[in-house]
Amino acid sequence: MIIKHPLLGPRDAAEFVYLGDANMIKRPEGFGENVEEAMYEHVYLRENPAGEHHELWYHEQGDRSWLVVTRNTLTHEISSVELARDVARRKGRSK
Amino acid sequence: MRYNALSILKQGLTGNKGWAPAWREPDPKPEYDIIIVGGGGHGLATAYYLSNKFGMKNIAVVEKGWIGSGNVGRNTTLIRSNYLLEGNQPFYELSMQLWEGLEQDFNYNAMVSQRGILNLYHSDSQRDAFARRGNAMHLTGSGGVMLSEAEIREKCPYLDFDNARFPIKGALWQQRGGTVRHDAVAWGFARGADMKGVDILQNCEVTGFQIDNGVCKGVETSRGTIRAKKVAVCVAGSSGRVMSMAGMRLPIESHVLQAFVSEGLKPTLPGVITFGAGHFYVSQSDKGGLVFGGDIDGYNTYAQRGNLPVVEDVCEGGMALMPMIGRARLLRMWGGLMDMSMDGSPFIDRTHIGGLYFNGGWCYGGFKATPASGFCYAHLLAKDAPHPVATQLRLDRFRRGAPIDEKGAGPQPNLH
Repeated sequence: MIIKHPLLGPRDAAEFVYLGDANMIKRPEGFGENVEEAMYEHVYLRENPAGEHHELWYHEQGDRSWLVVTRNTLTHEISSVELARDVARRKGRSK
Repeated sequence: MRYNALSILKQGLTGNKGWAPAWREPDPKPEYDIIIVGGGGHGLATAYYLSNKFGMKNIAVVEKGWIGSGNVGRNTTLIRSNYLLEGNQPFYELSMQLWEGLEQDFNYNAMVSQRGILNLYHSDSQRDAFARRGNAMHLTGSGGVMLSEAEIREKCPYLDFDNARFPIKGALWQQRGGTVRHDAVAWGFARGADMKGVDILQNCEVTGFQIDNGVCKGVETSRGTIRAKKVAVCVAGSSGRVMSMAGMRLPIESHVLQAFVSEGLKPTLPGVITFGAGHFYVSQSDKGGLVFGGDIDGYNTYAQRGNLPVVEDVCEGGMALMPMIGRARLLRMWGGLMDMSMDGSPFIDRTHIGGLYFNGGWCYGGFKATPASGFCYAHLLAKDAPHPVATQLRLDRFRRGAPIDEKGAGPQPNLH
């Protein structure tokens, strides 16, 4: 697979480390109501869809940026690649 | 019809015209006591043990394609019981014991061949870890001995003992490990279940569950609605997809594992050999092909095909272990879906939905577990209590902080 890095252009997927579901960006708050349940779901449960999947890839053999890659798990076709930083900021994190 | 030497002789003398199909092709009834979703090794084993050992009747197995068309039809066929943790090892030892009596039990030649499994180690720390694992195996009577370098040289002189980076220092050897003819396992269980009246419904895809007030009352299928008192899902790589129809998210990701078979060679390997410094394992099939594999590709996929970097990685492992493998030509390779769980261990459990049961998360080690998985799942379905060796294979173990993490890799499915 070739991942089109937003800054570095097309790169071989072998340069990356795969983490998984991009929902992991949305880490629950560590305090408050129902924290244990929210943390359990965040750490352990997955949608695991057959089709479009947003996922986190880390460019370890490159610029060490985290990317959010949208990839079809049935065809391996990649439809979009963004810096995870931009996705997280859009979701109101890391301000 | 029971198979025996006399029936072979009789059929041979009468032109082999009297063989009946090994199982029927019935139409679905409107209702069953138990519906098993998934006609793979585990589903058919469950049906077999339910009908033959737990005396249950009125059972159906529904299968989207044809039986044995998933991972039981294409895997690297290894059996072993060399796990470490108490949540796992007694379960796999039960599986090994069931393998040992399986062919007599279900009257089918599954070619169970206990030629042994050799786990090589390459450093002092790895030797210590293997000795610990060997001790854990002895606690369940699984056997296992530590072999010296000289003893391994005698068994397999062609290994690269003096590899500059990964010299072979010794091995943990489980004599009872080996290989089994994988398709015959599915067929044998299917035939044994069918003989006790289990309906095996092929080309019958589950398209939804009938869930009413938190209780599962049946399944919607491509061949109509079928009601059931209990619905037992065991669909391996499709676990996430099927259970999402019941509104469930699972601690599972689906990944692809690739496997490889070389051209047929003369008998070369004494049994299964695993490389301790990388992920590579190899055995030799009865037809002579070297059957080998390594890591999963490492990303979520349902595509049933992998990519080249892992092919390269597996071949590098092979070359580091036994350089002569480089002279063998590759005959075929394939990829299959693995239901990778968050701790590398499986689930055999009830769900929070009444009457709906789940068996999955076998990662890439489901084949060796087939008989015990079926037996323990049947126990759970028949008695509504987990079998003593499967009490820890629960869906809620992460919530309780009780994972069964053989590798200690944490909740990262692609590292198990």
